[in-house]
Amino acid sequence: MNYWPLLGVAVVVAGFVLKRSPVLVVVVAGVVSALAAGMGVGDLLALLGNSFVSNRALLLFVLTLPVVGLLERYGLRERAQAWIAGFRSMTLARLLIAYLGLRQLLSMFGLIDLAGHAQTVRPLLAPMSEAAAGADEPIDDATRDRVRALAAATDNIGRFFGEDVFLAFGGVLLIQGFYDRQGIHLEPLSIALWALPTALAAFVIHAIRIAWFQRGLARRALREKDDSGKPLLDARTQGGAPQ
Amino acid sequence: MIAIEHVYWLIGAFLVVATGLNLRERRWAMAAFWAVLASAFLFGDAIQRAGANGARWPAQAMGLGVIALGLLAASGKMQTARDSEGAASVRRAGAQRLGNRLFVPALAIPLVTLALVLGAKYLRWGTTTLIDPAQPTLISLGIACTIALIVALRTTRAHVPQAFGEGRRLLDTLGCVAVLPMLLATLGSVFAATGVGDAIAALVGMVIPTDNRIACLAAFALGMVLFTVIMGNAFAAFPVLMAGIGLPLLVLRHGADPAVLGAMGMLTGYCGTLLTPMAANFNIVPAVLLELPDQYGVIRAQMPTAFALLAVNVVLMALLVFRVH
Repeated sequence: MNYWPLLGVAVVVAGFVLKRSPVLVVVVAGVVSALAAGMGVGDLLALLGNSFVSNRALLLFVLTLPVVGLLERYGLRERAQAWIAGFRSMTLARLLIAYLGLRQLLSMFGLIDLAGHAQTVRPLLAPMSEAAAGADEPIDDATRDRVRALAAATDNIGRFFGEDVFLAFGGVLLIQGFYDRQGIHLEPLSIALWALPTALAAFVIHAIRIAWFQRGLARRALREKDDSGKPLLDARTQGGAPQ
Repeated sequence: MIAIEHVYWLIGAFLVVATGLNLRERRWAMAAFWAVLASAFLFGDAIQRAGANGARWPAQAMGLGVIALGLLAASGKMQTARDSEGAASVRRAGAQRLGNRLFVPALAIPLVTLALVLGAKYLRWGTTTLIDPAQPTLISLGIACTIALIVALRTTRAHVPQAFGEGRRLLDTLGCVAVLPMLLATLGSVFAATGVGDAIAALVGMVIPTDNRIACLAAFALGMVLFTVIMGNAFAAFPVLMAGIGLPLLVLRHGADPAVLGAMGMLTGYCGTLLTPMAANFNIVPAVLLELPDQYGVIRAQMPTAFALLAVNVVLMALLVFRVH
């Protein structure tokens, strides 16, 4: 067993910990791993080129950019915020939990690329979440960033823990194919059904977290209301005082 | 018939436009970056065909291009143009004037994709289908983006060059992060080809007590998470951990149900996907798209859900895997 290719993994870990340019880290890791495995330069370049080209589908989201960019220039995000702000009863928790459930259901039917960070989160879900979070009390920049991150996280969780219930999904077929080559024959349906308990658990856990996040927002808004009587200068001098 | 290759050419054409616009503004590094990427889309099919016919130089040239992408990204010369003054007022005026009509093209992307996926079987010309049945969703997404762009142009009364300009603005904002998903998948293939997975499986096999089925299950679950975190992809982790622990120890020795173990083991790996910057398209790209100051902001938001779900999943596996027969 040749353990030297593991050097490539070490490069990845070190690169991400040191926050180097991720693109460079990944390229260097590939080169290191291939050289450590005793591959020649010609084979290495061909392997890099072939693998890169065969993974082109991952850049498909680029096609949404002209549409999203144009609509944003004409105020799509502002409109999405105003639309959500128009609903008196819309809260951040209701919006995100509804999106989570919908995303899981759609993924279960194989409609995985229907939504996504470029297609729906940036132009629609993130601005709507900001509007819902700031409905009662305006939110500061740090809170706004946390709301955006939560919106993106909700999209990921909804997608991941729905797609494996879909029969023709690559993951199910990968599992079935693996067993098939080992002489264990399974129906895709029997694999997909066993993804349901985890899907349900994912929905419950993340929905609870969303609700908690909203309670935290409400509590902070209350606290700030209490503090608003005190002069602003007070807080600033306290923060800046040398210890 | 529309094949996935045509969608790739469309992406290539857009990247060529982005290259041209950056050349005009003398931002050479950015222009070179998109030019290399465009060549992967315009010549990808040709490279793969040449490889099948035994010609290796096109793939090797692409490999050099991949290394060039890494160097360009590290050069620190890929600054983007700032948002122009007065853009905010244009946005507010547009939101006022166009109102909810702005949602139509945005929602057209998912809805047209859905309609095309469902209708793919019926869209046919004689015996050939309009959409290549090998990749219906991705091709439908490509067509839906084109239709949505036409609708958006009609709604906003903007011109085509403006749409490409705005698209390129977003592309430049993403910068080199845009290719990270492709590069990470490439790294996954390289790791597979160099035997990294086998080496890790061998190491794991050395340290676990194989007589205890719960210890084996825990090693399998944590191995799935750890390996997914390293590779950025549960699909890459699955065959390695199944071959190393799942099949020989859990299924064959301790009688685990293969269907339950497969489905839940894969989803255990997904908890790892929520935790890793290696899954760039899910965790890093949105952080940049949403202009978060912390590139790990989305991972931080996912972390509590991932760990809670991991714990629940391991308990569910321990309860279900050995009981169902």
